[in-house]
Amino acid sequence: MSVEPAATAAAAVNLAGVGKTFAARGRGSATEALTGVDLTIAPGEFVSLIGPSGCGKSTLLRIVADLVEPTVGEVLVNGKPARRARLDQDYGIAFQQSGLLEWRTVRGNVELPLGLHGADKRERRSRADELLALVGLEEFADHRPSQLSGGMQQRVAIARALARRPALLLKDEPFGALDEMTRERMQSELIRICAETSAAVLFVTHSIPEAVYLSNRVVVMSARPGRITDIVDVAIGERDEDVREADAFFGAITEVREALRGRRVA
Amino acid sequence: MRARSVFSAVWPPVLFGVAFLALWEWFVEARDVKPFVLPKPTAIWEQLRDNHDVILEATWATAQNALVGLAVGLVCGLLAALLASRLRTLDEMLTPLAAAVAAIPIVALTPIFNTMFASTSSIPRRLIVAIAVFFPIFINTLRGLRQIEPVHAELMHSYAASPWTTTRVVRLPSALPFFFTGLRVACSAAVIAAVVSEYFGGLQKGLGPAITSAAAASAYPRAWAIVCAAIALGLAFYLAALLAERLAMPWRRSTV
Repeated sequence: MSVEPAATAAAAVNLAGVGKTFAARGRGSATEALTGVDLTIAPGEFVSLIGPSGCGKSTLLRIVADLVEPTVGEVLVNGKPARRARLDQDYGIAFQQSGLLEWRTVRGNVELPLGLHGADKRERRSRADELLALVGLEEFADHRPSQLSGGMQQRVAIARALARRPALLLKDEPFGALDEMTRERMQSELIRICAETSAAVLFVTHSIPEAVYLSNRVVVMSARPGRITDIVDVAIGERDEDVREADAFFGAITEVREALRGRRVA
Repeated sequence: MRARSVFSAVWPPVLFGVAFLALWEWFVEARDVKPFVLPKPTAIWEQLRDNHDVILEATWATAQNALVGLAVGLVCGLLAALLASRLRTLDEMLTPLAAAVAAIPIVALTPIFNTMFASTSSIPRRLIVAIAVFFPIFINTLRGLRQIEPVHAELMHSYAASPWTTTRVVRLPSALPFFFTGLRVACSAAVIAAVVSEYFGGLQKGLGPAITSAAAASAYPRAWAIVCAAIALGLAFYLAALLAERLAMPWRRSTV
């Protein structure tokens, strides 16, 4: 019975037979947003969800976050039911909109999740400063969000999501509103931050290169009804700027693209 | 840069005002308009200068009525909005009631209040002001408290924050711009309601009775001078609301 601790640790996310049907509203018929989703994310693993609009990838992320309740299936986060995990603050979350509170300073925004759960003032402040250093915004701590660029606001949102040292990060198209250059810089930054925090990540995106660059595995979904059609393992080695021009990178992109078209030969 | 933008914002209305007054003066002079029809601006100015202590006293009496009524209406409107935003049943009860309050004709209510209280009491007119103030504060604040950005709602839900915490941390601060829109309307309404309520009997204090008595004595330029004081008072209230808005929301300034 002497198993290594790492092996006994619960999966970051475990989905079994998850489905979601949105009830009919007015005269419309019920829509099946998700059906038969099985997915396991290991601790520290980076997994992207990719697929066309309406494939339910955002809904799936919200099910993991316990912001949406699944109609059927089992959702475990850190080995606990999703609701328990939310109440225990086991995950950090970031959306496409940074969702910063404009009346708070940058530091105040990062401190928000800490303050809600009774960390004292000194502790909050030191943790916020630590996180702002991590995302490279320490000199903007006393600025208002409106004084920051879109990319900087997203970095604040990432710092906020990391505030309680979650074992799982949920990201719903966090770079969707950024320009291509900023986006690539943010991706490299995210890789570095994830390496430092060793959190598992569930990442929703529309961008194939982004998914490939960031992920250990890319989960390909299709719409009507939303379901997982393929999972592509990405083995492109160390992520640095050279990777973006490597053949293996383009190979993986092609693989994901084929999978999205539903004609990948595994 | 800042002083310059203030200057460029100020000079067009000032220029227009001066030109308007000059035209007015010229028109009355040239057409020989009688003072009971339209007095000259210089005549009004003379009255303001000669009677400034009386006018100031009347203005102060009206200001007190407006201020006390504003404070009462403000507190009631805020509390009602806060409760209505949290309790659905209360919302369903209060909102139609608030609409009914808004429809109360102040003019009709004043004599009734005057007979309810002693004739030396300032309470009737202050009550009228409070009623006039309640609705814009209530409806605007409630709208602000109700709207919450979906991303903020999801965020607070993910933090497992209680509804009251969400109100305190997100809803109240994001309702501030709405509240201040209401406050600006309420400030103007407070002065108007105070002057109008003073018109209809009761205590012979304030700008309302001063205008009536000046007009009754055929002192038309004086009546106009008192009207000017009422305008100045209304402006002062409005500007105070603007100032409070700026002080309360410093983050809004930084974006300009």
